[in-house]
Amino acid sequence: MQWEPVIGLEVHVQLMTNSKLFSGASIAYGAQANHQACPVSVALPGVLPVMNLEAARLAVCFGLAIGASVEKRSVFERKNYFYPDLPKGYQISQYKHPIVSGGSLTIETGGSDEKMIGITRAHLEEDAGKSLHENFHGMTGIDLNRAGTPLLEIVSEPDMRSADEAVAYLKKLHTLVRYFRISDGNMQEGSFRCDANVSIRPKGAEGFGTRTELKNINSFRFVEKAINFEIQRQIEILEDGGAIIQETRLYDSERNETRPMRSKEDAQDYRYFPDPDLPEMILDDEFIERVRASLPELPHHRKSRYEQAFSLSSSDAEKLLRDRDTADFFERVCARSKSDPKTIANWINGELAALLNERNIEIAGSPVDSDRFAALLDRIADKTLSGKMAKEVLAHLANDESDVDTIIESRGFKQITDSSEIERLVAEVLDANAPQAQQYREGNQKVFGYLMGQVMKATNGKADPGQVNRILRNLLE
Amino acid sequence: MECRTVLEHSKALRGKEYSSLELTQAMLERAQSCASLNAYITLSPEVALKQASTADKLIGKGKAGPLTGIPLVHKDLFCTKDVRTTCGSRILDNFISPYNATLVEKLQQAGMVMLGKANMDEFAMGSSTENSYYGPTRNPWDHERVPGGSSGGSAAAVAARLAPVATGTDTGGSIRQPAALCGLSGIKPSYGRVSRYGMVAFASSLDQGGVMALTSEDCAYVLQAISGFDEKDSTSVNQAVPDYIHSLSEPISGKIIGLPREFFADGVDKPVSQAIRESISVLEQLGARIVDIELPNSAAAIPCYYVLAPAEASSNLARFDGVRYGHRASEYSDIVDMYESTRSEGFGPEVKRRLLIGAYVLSIGYFEAYYVKAQKLRRLIADDFSKAFEQCDVIVGPTTPTTAFPIGQKTDDPVQMYLNDIFTNSANLAGLPAMSIPSGFDNQGLPIGLHLIGKYLDEATILNIAHQYQLHTDWHQRIPEGYA
Repeated sequence: MQWEPVIGLEVHVQLMTNSKLFSGASIAYGAQANHQACPVSVALPGVLPVMNLEAARLAVCFGLAIGASVEKRSVFERKNYFYPDLPKGYQISQYKHPIVSGGSLTIETGGSDEKMIGITRAHLEEDAGKSLHENFHGMTGIDLNRAGTPLLEIVSEPDMRSADEAVAYLKKLHTLVRYFRISDGNMQEGSFRCDANVSIRPKGAEGFGTRTELKNINSFRFVEKAINFEIQRQIEILEDGGAIIQETRLYDSERNETRPMRSKEDAQDYRYFPDPDLPEMILDDEFIERVRASLPELPHHRKSRYEQAFSLSSSDAEKLLRDRDTADFFERVCARSKSDPKTIANWINGELAALLNERNIEIAGSPVDSDRFAALLDRIADKTLSGKMAKEVLAHLANDESDVDTIIESRGFKQITDSSEIERLVAEVLDANAPQAQQYREGNQKVFGYLMGQVMKATNGKADPGQVNRILRNLLE
Repeated sequence: MECRTVLEHSKALRGKEYSSLELTQAMLERAQSCASLNAYITLSPEVALKQASTADKLIGKGKAGPLTGIPLVHKDLFCTKDVRTTCGSRILDNFISPYNATLVEKLQQAGMVMLGKANMDEFAMGSSTENSYYGPTRNPWDHERVPGGSSGGSAAAVAARLAPVATGTDTGGSIRQPAALCGLSGIKPSYGRVSRYGMVAFASSLDQGGVMALTSEDCAYVLQAISGFDEKDSTSVNQAVPDYIHSLSEPISGKIIGLPREFFADGVDKPVSQAIRESISVLEQLGARIVDIELPNSAAAIPCYYVLAPAEASSNLARFDGVRYGHRASEYSDIVDMYESTRSEGFGPEVKRRLLIGAYVLSIGYFEAYYVKAQKLRRLIADDFSKAFEQCDVIVGPTTPTTAFPIGQKTDDPVQMYLNDIFTNSANLAGLPAMSIPSGFDNQGLPIGLHLIGKYLDEATILNIAHQYQLHTDWHQRIPEGYA
């Protein structure tokens, strides 16, 4: 039988606020345990939550970015359960009335095919703390730094039909939340976490099969592997005549398998009810419109602008738009440089990306700012530098703060453009390599490359290869 | 000296008749000699003496406000930085808060001197102060009787003149009922008027801090100091607080007083209803006009309250789990056992009863039938008041159906205990300001309370009427035998 997987994702995105969802405590990553645990985080007797409006703004941003409806009235409820790292004994979350409902994201599914993935809802909630099981002599340590951190839980429709689609959706979502500065999306630090609901059904069937929920899949690679494992597991069970149990399963990346964590029977009654400490959140039109007006140009608008106004290919534009800082960098260079946008895009996506990648830094912290980068590309455009030389100059630019011309000057990077000088060097090379010159003249085209190499060597790589090529051919013929 | 009101002390302190330190010392000694009342959970002489000498310096410099140097008692539900906050519970027996409640902070800023923390029903759940881990408090009017509750320690302390004023909290009557049973003036302001920050939550949508004192004038002064918006409490009201003191002296002629027929039905003891009718004639003589009104859903108040308050409590008290502070069982096999043993040992029977009711009414399958329905009733009860206030300025009736009852009489019958709050619950459900003032005594010499309910955010009118009543009566000046 042909099976069709049905996949829905729940993504927890940590919002880029300065402080917690309901208190002023910092959410900076990596602080000493419990050093960001204020009285509200610890749930001391008598403390009360106060809504962080910046978190609401970021949630509204997200809603507008995915074309969803932003609810003017949303309600915080209490989700009650006991857990040592849940200090209040309940989590404040939105349940019946989320802040965002009904949006979508479009993903590319191989080639130029597109598919729309529905987003059911996105709601605000607070994170729990952390239980630490090591180094506590058989006891458990509790770190409440993370408790109260603002999260946006984004729930998709069960619209994905393969692990590849799930990963494409996740990557798209990741790009989007970073682009709009809703989240830093840092997966290692837990700022972007994913759970997957997976079921299978006979291809063509209307209803859904019994689903399992996969947890602990916090990288794109694990999402793909875990979903594929789970699909295969479910197929094997059904083909053996078995039944899928609705349960939560944990992905073990070392063994590449999922295993049961808790079944539906263990499901708790969370006794949700509206939090009486927090009034309903009412957003007025003015607030929503202010957020809308502050949104940067939407990524897909920007992409078509790059394709039309700058004649970039779809994939070049896509790469520039992998994050907003890169796209902003590109536009700043375009505004300053005489080079054509295609060259600028290639240099940003190629050399600069490689340099930053090697040093593991974001473009916002690039050692070569857009001004110096533009100046560098201008020296290629006016033929002062060859491409190869420009790469070397870039490396120097990354290591000190001198301007481009100073480096060219002091390190002797100037390209030889004087034809007579090149002719002189070519003549010298031909003299020294008379047999090879003879072979070429007798019809052996292959030897041309060798002679080119000798001339370039003689110029110390400072000549424009095109110009050398022309002169060499002239003198040979 | 000890039997004076806040304003009398205030005058004496500024007239250098005695110092705050002298007054404070006298009050602390009196508290010790009256220890058998069990009004205090914790006396805090060190803090008190320090605050008193600070107050004396201010008075010396002529920088004293009306409350500077006046001693007071806080209900042990308000977090205080230097003195433990137990909530009358074993689970917080040794809990010391690292911060002050907003109310505590404001009164400290006003120069008041904290003598200690008053006894109360555990987590404010009760109407007699018998549900305290620290033992019951006794009523100064009759030591064999309860002072009411849950703010019974505060009430007994003021009635016995251990302090001229005390703070309390009122979720269903916990300021007004003990004020009535101890012959005091006590006000529960409108929901949101006084910050709940640092006031340990019982039922968040009903809880409200307030004051108990010997006169409504004293109540006005202290309420003025604790009222106002607090950015730390999202449910506090962001509106200017009127000048309560200024409006006290206004004549009340022309004020319309509504009498709900439902508050004068059977079940009210005869001496109580008689005293209330006499008080109403006094108000009439002062020029107030009486109208009959209806509160048709008032019978639903108790059942409605006993769904919503436990529901919120079951969630609010989940934080007492032994993980971070407070009591933790000494032996347990795993985390679930740790929770169960800690909470079994830490909470008393009434708290456990309400936590169970609360978890039940919120659970799947019962939520609609109980919680949602109770919310609808709450809306109806509030609407009744809105309609009634189209016809009158204030609603008047008895605070409680009976006077103080003997210790132990109702401990085995929770429903009888709950019925003590039959007239007070609805003001909490509707978020309205309400107060109780002394309006007579029964034939056993036990005080009777007159209940005044005002319009939302109109504390000024009930304080004004109460004050004018007290200018023409002397019930509030009576002192229990042995405490003069």
